[in-house]
Amino acid sequence: MNWLVDFFGNAANWSGPDGIPLRVLEHLVFAGLSLLLAVVLAVPLGLWIGHTGKGAVLVVLSANAARALPTLGLLVLVVLLMGVGTLAPVLIPLVALAVPPILVNTYEGIRGVDPELRDAAYGMGLRGRQVLGGVLVPVALPLILLGMRTAAIQVVATATVAAYVGLGGLGRYIIDGLATKDYPRAIGGAVLVAALALAVQGLFALVQRVTVSPGVSGRQRIR
Amino acid sequence: MGEEPLVRWDWIGRNWPEIQELLADHVIMALVPVVVGLLLALPLGLAGARWRWLYQPTVGTMNVIYSLPSLAVFIVLIPITGLATRATIIVPLTFYAMAVLIPAVVDGLTSVPDHVRQSAVAMGFTPLRRLLRVELPIAVPVVLAGLRVATVSSISLVSVGALVGRGGLGYLFIDGWQRQFPTPIVVGVVLTAILAAVADLLLVVAQRWLTPWSTARSRVREAA
Repeated sequence: MNWLVDFFGNAANWSGPDGIPLRVLEHLVFAGLSLLLAVVLAVPLGLWIGHTGKGAVLVVLSANAARALPTLGLLVLVVLLMGVGTLAPVLIPLVALAVPPILVNTYEGIRGVDPELRDAAYGMGLRGRQVLGGVLVPVALPLILLGMRTAAIQVVATATVAAYVGLGGLGRYIIDGLATKDYPRAIGGAVLVAALALAVQGLFALVQRVTVSPGVSGRQRIR
Repeated sequence: MGEEPLVRWDWIGRNWPEIQELLADHVIMALVPVVVGLLLALPLGLAGARWRWLYQPTVGTMNVIYSLPSLAVFIVLIPITGLATRATIIVPLTFYAMAVLIPAVVDGLTSVPDHVRQSAVAMGFTPLRRLLRVELPIAVPVVLAGLRVATVSSISLVSVGALVGRGGLGYLFIDGWQRQFPTPIVVGVVLTAILAAVADLLLVVAQRWLTPWSTARSRVREAA
């Protein structure tokens, strides 16, 4: 506990290029951009294969295989081949980390919608796109959001490794603290990352509460 | 870099014994947490399925643990378990595995249809035999799905441990980065992916073997 006081109580840690506010911001930029790119890639693909059933086995298998890719290895490899300087080397491994949970959950969410519900929507005269947007997506939303939440937490936690190849973010404190045997710094960084991950978890719980229809979440019982 | 090829095969040949050692270390650090996690998750999941009020707090705690970054937990554990020891890696990974497996066990047990449970009672099964012979076998597919996720992510997470001095194949990433030499990194990434694929395949085979009725049923459906 004294270590935490050493780190967070030191005024020098709260300003300047190595200050906590700026490091948190850098971390959020890495994580936010990666998550955004992953959502843009994975959600439409997941909706499409869930709705049409085309290529589902292949996509789910490769998504599971992609889960096994070690982010640290991918990061150092990409940086070694592309060089530092742009954000791309950090984004590629983080996007690779975020796509599988979003893709699989979107696909499973759409596929798991009660077929009777889907047939009823068609029976009411809705067309493919209307069924997807008006019925399937709202019903699958809790599962899709769960995938995004899992991805977001993993990305926030893993963005720390960016510091290993000389980039910023909260990993700086951890990597620098370890390198200089400055444990208060390393543990302070670790606590900040954990706090950020918990904040993301809370944020998603809130988003879910606001966006998921009460009829789907069961907060409003329909007779 | 220019002239440096992506993979130098002769380096792999010369360093094969060390690579094998790292691979073995990686397997131990990735699989011990999954096995221990499963052994702990089974009783906790049983309790959660039987007494529903236990379930929410357990899963809530596990969710919080799951959102803790692995690197952060490794570092916080160093003063307790030591730098570069297996325990520093194995302890947190066990909790991550449990975070995936407890909900899987509970979901699996609650997926047992009520009429099946009642039939078992009516046929005179004692609670313990009902659990072992009826409920757990029916829960197997859901539990194994969780086990697959836990195993694959455990295999991939071990390499982060390289940053605190013990990461199995992850050591190859550090080594390659420090020498600006891509071969070890490629070897590490590929071997990790192969390891995960083999483990995943074994679990799929295990599922077929443990739940012969699931394939039998799909054959019946095809015939009809």
